[in-house]
Amino acid sequence: MTADASRGAQAPPELVQLLTPEGERVEHPDYDIDLTPEEVRGLYRDLVMIRRVDLEAVALQRQGELGIWASLLGQEAAQIGSGRALTEADMAFPTYREHGVAWCRGVDPLNLLGLFRGVNHGGWNPAEHNFHLYTIVIGSQTLHAVGYAMGIQRDGAVGEDGAATIVYFGDGATSQGDVNESFIWASVFNAPVVFFCQNNQWAISEPLEKQSRIPLYRRASGFGFPGIRVDGNDVFACLAVTRQALKNAREGQGPTLIEAFTYRMGAHTTSDDPTRYRVQDELEAWKLKDPIERVRAYLFKNQLADQAFFDKIDAEADELGRDVRRRCLEMPDPEPLEIFDHVYTEPHRLMDEERARFAAYLAGFESEESSR
Amino acid sequence: MTTLTLAKALNEGMRKAMEDDPKVLVMGEDVGKLGGVFRVTDGLQKDFGEDRVIDTPLAESGIIGTAIGLALRGYRPVCEIQFDGFVFPAADQIITQLAKMPLRSLGAIRLPVVVRIPCGGGIGAVEHHSESPEAYFTHTAGLRVVACSNPADAYTMIQQAIRCDDPVVFFEPKRRYWDKAEVDTSPGEGDWPAFDQARVARSGADITLLAYGPMVKTCLEAAAAAEEDGRSVEVVDLRSLNPLDMPAVAESVRRTGRCVVVHEAPVFSGYGAELAARITEECFYSLEAPVLRVGGPSTPYPPSRLEEHYLPDLDRVLDAVDRSFAF
Ligand SMILES: Cc1ncc(C[n+]2csc(CCOP(=O)(O)OP(=O)(O)O)c2C)c(N)n1
Ligand SMILES: [Mg+2]
Repeated sequence: MTADASRGAQAPPELVQLLTPEGERVEHPDYDIDLTPEEVRGLYRDLVMIRRVDLEAVALQRQGELGIWASLLGQEAAQIGSGRALTEADMAFPTYREHGVAWCRGVDPLNLLGLFRGVNHGGWNPAEHNFHLYTIVIGSQTLHAVGYAMGIQRDGAVGEDGAATIVYFGDGATSQGDVNESFIWASVFNAPVVFFCQNNQWAISEPLEKQSRIPLYRRASGFGFPGIRVDGNDVFACLAVTRQALKNAREGQGPTLIEAFTYRMGAHTTSDDPTRYRVQDELEAWKLKDPIERVRAYLFKNQLADQAFFDKIDAEADELGRDVRRRCLEMPDPEPLEIFDHVYTEPHRLMDEERARFAAYLAGFESEESSR
Repeated sequence: MTTLTLAKALNEGMRKAMEDDPKVLVMGEDVGKLGGVFRVTDGLQKDFGEDRVIDTPLAESGIIGTAIGLALRGYRPVCEIQFDGFVFPAADQIITQLAKMPLRSLGAIRLPVVVRIPCGGGIGAVEHHSESPEAYFTHTAGLRVVACSNPADAYTMIQQAIRCDDPVVFFEPKRRYWDKAEVDTSPGEGDWPAFDQARVARSGADITLLAYGPMVKTCLEAAAAAEEDGRSVEVVDLRSLNPLDMPAVAESVRRTGRCVVVHEAPVFSGYGAELAARITEECFYSLEAPVLRVGGPSTPYPPSRLEEHYLPDLDRVLDAVDRSFAF
């Protein structure tokens, strides 16, 4: 038996929206955003660029160059909007799908490809761009984000010029114990953290009603902090809502849960076959709400950009795609003995012993070969 | 020299670490006003404040997960798991995050987190309060696993664990918390035994007993009893389980030619299996007898009325010594 949560899966009236799918600016009583034409063009560029990287990665996987890829197709606005709301001092904790946030933080897309190609398990320095490593175990990173936020508090870095953390997770993740524990901790310690849930309607093959019989954002009230649902395909609204939540967190008002109502337009990953569990009509309906098209329409209608601009961005995106592809193919495989590196920070005799033994074993093949 | 119980020695060690480094935090259930159910953190919150000695919500995964986040921000959290049997809700964060995140970052991240676990039986407790889960953690690459057996080691090892840039699972023998000994707190870090170094707790010539945590005392008693039968028994306190001080173990076993491993945990797939296999590989030609193992039966920990039969005691150790000499 499954609870009937079908109402929860539909966009309710309380959804914060500032830009309609048709590209019309609309007002919201609580949220507004004042963007210069330059900033809107910048957001458009972000959206196009990351979609292009994503497309290239899917192609690379199909050609056997990546083991797997988790596409962000359809979720660009949620990620770029929230990602652009972050200040340099803020810290972001992603899942495995936050390519758009990584882009905003200045992480080279090649790092993301390296993980999915299998040359390492992440490999970037989180402190360099204040963008933590991808976390594959569903929900684990929510606790790391809250702990980090407690560190911000202990550093005395709460306040107007302070810092906050944002943590990303999916609709499926909301059922994990860690996510619920992180809500409790954030609430009890009033931690400067923003919970950014991308409800893309699916957790692999499981629809939202397998996770919740109430809209996800409403869960927050039970934990004692505000929850809000935003149109996850509206980059303006995502930016505005996240900005406000981060500001509140930084200024000591504690956590917020943001549910970005969006849609996973692609497969869960390149290994997945969504035709087994969802109907094409659903995808077609969401295509009309595409996060990039509405910004393009807005720019066009308001004469904030001309065809030459769009052509230029497309060309830039193609160049980025080519560049990412070329560098992906050039990525060397790690050396076998690197398995033993970085397992421990301090010297560890078992690592030394096994590394030496493995090296000697490998060297045995070399001498065999040279004696042939 | 001061006389300290093992619990107080840990307390003093933590206090010293907190004085030395303002980034050191203590967190766990009831660690604040109460001072922990075993009073190991007694008085720390009073002296260092609620921001540094944190009474957490009752969620073990939350304790370790947020400790990781604090470590990412530059803190050195010392987490108390209230009892051994309650570490399992945190197992995911320990095994998939704490142990592996530094590697995932190719060394960019350090996670100096200590997970303190009171372990072992012998206190007449209800289920889940008497377990010895060390092998789960020694099997997990990325974690250091240590066990203290006496107040002097407790005092230094907890400080070493806190200073270590790797995550450390720190086992405390709960039934020895009240054991007292003279502790010399004056030597500085440079004069302490290395963190990954085993210690010969009693020298002997005829057979080596390998133990750690609560069983060290049992083995020392067995060695004393064996001496009356004219057997010279060496007891090696491993102290560090991962990494293992194999050179020290091999040196002892090569010298005595016989070895018995003693732990409270079930023998099957226990830590002793690793020791027996390694000793067989490295000391094969010195061995007069196979390495024998003494430990709990391969059953869940029994109700407390049966624990004296479950736990290895002096007689079980001496029986194994006899069996070794019978070869
Ligand atoms: C603890 C855990 N269980 C299962 C998986 C396998 N898994 C990977 S993604 C996924 C679905 C996650 O859904 P959601 O949280 O909605 O995020 P989305 O993939 O839709 O972005 C599952 C079950 C996992 N990675 N971690
Ligand atoms: Mg989902």
